This record gives sequence, C-alpha cells and structure tokens, in this order.
Amino acid sequence: MLDSVLVANRGEIARRVLRTARRLGIRAVAVYSDADADLPYVHEADQAIHIGPAQPARSYLDATALIEAARTSNAAAVHPGYGFLAENADFARQVIAAGLTWVGPDPEAIEQMGDKIRARNLMERAGVPVSPGTREPVTDVNGAVTEAERIGYPIMVKAAGGGGGIGMGAAADEAGLRAAFETARSRAERFFGSPAILLERYVGRARHVEVQILGLADGRVLALGERDCSVQRRHQKVAEETPSPGVSAALRERMLVAAVQAGEAVRYRGAGTVECLVDAEEGSFVFLEMNTRLQVEHPVTELVTGIDLVEQQFRIAAGEPPSFDPAAIRPAGHAIELRIYAEDPVRFLPGPGTITEWDEPAGAGVRVDAGYQAGNTVTPFYDPLLAKLCAHGADRAHALARMREAVAAFRIAGPKTNLAFHADLLASQEFVSGDYDTSLVSKLRPR
Amino acid sequence: MAEVRAEMVANVWKVVAKDGDHVDDGDTLVILESMKMEIPVLAESSGVVTKLHVAEGDVVQEGDLIATIG
Repeated sequence: MLDSVLVANRGEIARRVLRTARRLGIRAVAVYSDADADLPYVHEADQAIHIGPAQPARSYLDATALIEAARTSNAAAVHPGYGFLAENADFARQVIAAGLTWVGPDPEAIEQMGDKIRARNLMERAGVPVSPGTREPVTDVNGAVTEAERIGYPIMVKAAGGGGGIGMGAAADEAGLRAAFETARSRAERFFGSPAILLERYVGRARHVEVQILGLADGRVLALGERDCSVQRRHQKVAEETPSPGVSAALRERMLVAAVQAGEAVRYRGAGTVECLVDAEEGSFVFLEMNTRLQVEHPVTELVTGIDLVEQQFRIAAGEPPSFDPAAIRPAGHAIELRIYAEDPVRFLPGPGTITEWDEPAGAGVRVDAGYQAGNTVTPFYDPLLAKLCAHGADRAHALARMREAVAAFRIAGPKTNLAFHADLLASQEFVSGDYDTSLVSKLRPR
Repeated sequence: MAEVRAEMVANVWKVVAKDGDHVDDGDTLVILESMKMEIPVLAESSGVVTKLHVAEGDVVQEGDLIATIG
C-alpha cells in the first residue's frame, strides 16, 4: 500500500479523501490557500502545506506549487480529488515525472476523454451509443449553423474542453444558436483555454444517469451501478440517487455493459464515471461524457455497495487488487445525496459568508461529507459546495424519509444555503414519484 | 440619483460600462464573479453613469456601492 499521499484539493473532498487515507494508515498531507487555513481538512491532515493565495490559479491550480509541496512533505503519491487539476493530463504527467504515484487514470486516458469530441468519436467506435453531433471541433459561428442544420434542432452547444456545465447552452433555432455559440466560445476560452465547440442534438425530456466504473490494476473494468443526477440547476447537479427510478433492470444491464466497453476502450484504471442521457420512455441512452476522476456524488454508490471508492483508488494506484470480490457486488437499498450549497434557495445566487452556526444531522443511514464547520468563512473564490448530505434506506421511501428528517435537522447560519430548496424538492410530487427529468428544478423554481 | 449595490461578496470580473455612459434599465454595468458563477450587475433605471466605484479585480462585499446613475 502507499505509505503517504498529498491531497491536491480543498474543502469537503480533501477531507473525505484524507479520512480514508488515515483509516488505511497512509500518512495524509493537505494543501491550503490563504483562504482555507482554518478549514477542518487542514487540521485533520497529518501535515498541511500552505501553497499560495486564495486565487485558484495561484494555489490549487498551480501544478509547480503542488509538486513542490509533495516534495517538501515527502509524500509518495498525489490524489487530485475532483475539479481543479483532477482531469489535467499535463499535471498527471508532471506528478509521474516527479517520481510520485498519480492516484488516477493514465494521462493518455484523461486526455482522450477530456476532449469531448475525441471522446464521442472514440465511444462511437467502441460501440457505445452517442447522439447525433459534430465529429470535428467547430470554431466559427457560420460553421456551427451549417453543422446544426445537418444534426437538426434543438441543439446543445458545449465547450469541447469543458466540464461542469460551464458555457453550455441549448438552442431551438439559428438565432438561438448564434447567441449560445458566442456565450459558449467566450466561456470556453476563459475557463478551459480552448475555443473549440461541440454541437450535439439536444435531448429534451431526458434523465442524466451515470455509471461508476473501476478499472482494476489487472486491467479488468468493473461497473458498480448507476447514479441518477437529473436534479440540476444551470446544468449543474444538486441531488443524486441510486438506483435510478427511471432505469429498468434491462436498461441498467445495457448501460453497465456499455460503460465497461467505454472504460476498456481507453484502458481505464481507477475510478471513473460514464455519463449518459436516458430517454426513460424509449428505454434508450446515449453517451454524454466520461469523467476521469472521483465524482462529487460517489457516496451514494458507496452507501449501497459498501465499497469505499477512495480505498480502491489507493489500492489500484499501488497495483493491488480491490478490497472486495468483483464477482460478489450486491447493491443493497437506496441512497440519495443532496448538495448543500452556499446559495439562496430561490434564485440559486452565490451567498458566501462567515458560518455562525453549523449543526449537522446524524443517525442511522445518514452520512455528511462537510467541508466546513462553525467559525469558518465561505469565500467567493471556490465553488459553493458546503457539504454533501446523504441518506441510505432499505428502499427509496425509507431513504426519502430519512433525508427529510436530516434536512430538517441541518442547521447552518451565516452564509445563504439551499436547504429550503431541498425541503421543497423532497416534498414535490414529481421527485417523490421518481418520474422526473432534468427539467425538474425549473418547474420547482419557475422564473 | 440611483445607487447600484453588490448583492453578495464577489470579485469584479469585468467592468462593462464607464463613467459618462448613457444606460437603459436592464443594461449590464459590471460582471461579478462569485463561487465560479458570473453575475451581471444591471442598471435598474435609465440615465447617465455618474460614477463607477469598482475596477476589475476588486473584491466587493454585500451592499458595496458599484455605480451611481444620475
């Protein structure tokens, strides 16, 4: 097993990775910016290294500072968490070149999947269904209009090198496409350093369902079930659950097989996620993208399978077999995750601030992965995720009941939070019925 | 004289309007960035921008003055 790891991240995910490292006896090193010196993960690590000012570009995105921190702390490995440099192939290469173990897939797999156009083409060749779309990057608006006519409206415009919903927009016609294209291109250049745009047929009433895969050290790829991530605002997830209420046993079987094919096509090693759009009525799905890292919502899979995914990441990085028998994966019950964001519960606008009260729910089936505690300040420099609140039950109704109690018991004062939105979500007929799609949040919060 | 204030703690990403500009209700004055989200700050009345109180790269607190429109 690895003897030490530097976690190149912050907040809740740094804390969650550090927790497993410490349980396994791996010396855990945290890094922090000026803004994060007081956060719980910094105090819980065996060692914490200051890497720079609050601005992400000069701290959590500074590869040189991170590798220097690994050298200073004599860490043997680097775990990137999610976001920041987790899907940056150059960073992975620098980590490896520095003689450190990269807790993630090979840089080549990151690169192949990071370019959404290449990824789509590769998946199509591997026999994974994709929606009609562009096979080459689109760089100017007139080219986009021509392509859109071939693909057919409505159309989705995305940054080819992007992620996290940033710069994404749907268009119903040419005028809409021209506007969406300009937005996507400026965001793509600013956030991802490349103006390349991908167009895809927009699927309206779709569910967003993803499959957790695990590429083992011996080359086998396993699928550990799906997660439904259809509850989204601004194309970003706010609630996830497993199993998906919109996926039949037969569809699940086909999705898991396709996800394994996707992983095998890039010789995937470690934890990864194959995201798909599902048409529940048709019982069909198309490949959306692959995330070559741990997902924010990985806990719901952990709750139903009993498998610690971060432990498997460490074991695979060390060339060891998984801690469980791949032939005996038996998901049990139902799990839901709610993302507790520092934002107002109506318009979802950011609401940073100093936390004056923080009282987490606890109890049977409840798990909280929190990045903050009372006295911390939530700053505007990073994403608004305060905590992930998870509930596991024998079935969906049981998990929902536990989650309702947990949401009611969670007390946070200071920053704005979306807890009131989550209470509304759990009370909505659509969510409770399980018959919902990605339009759910806009129905609950009409403009 | 109308005052436009910041709704939240944020970084000033882009200043769109400048002193002396005529703006209409709903025009973008500056774009703030907070928690990886861009938040346009709009004029809430028509008039002339008599003063922009922020520059790109500034950090504003909730309630800070962004612009005055006369």
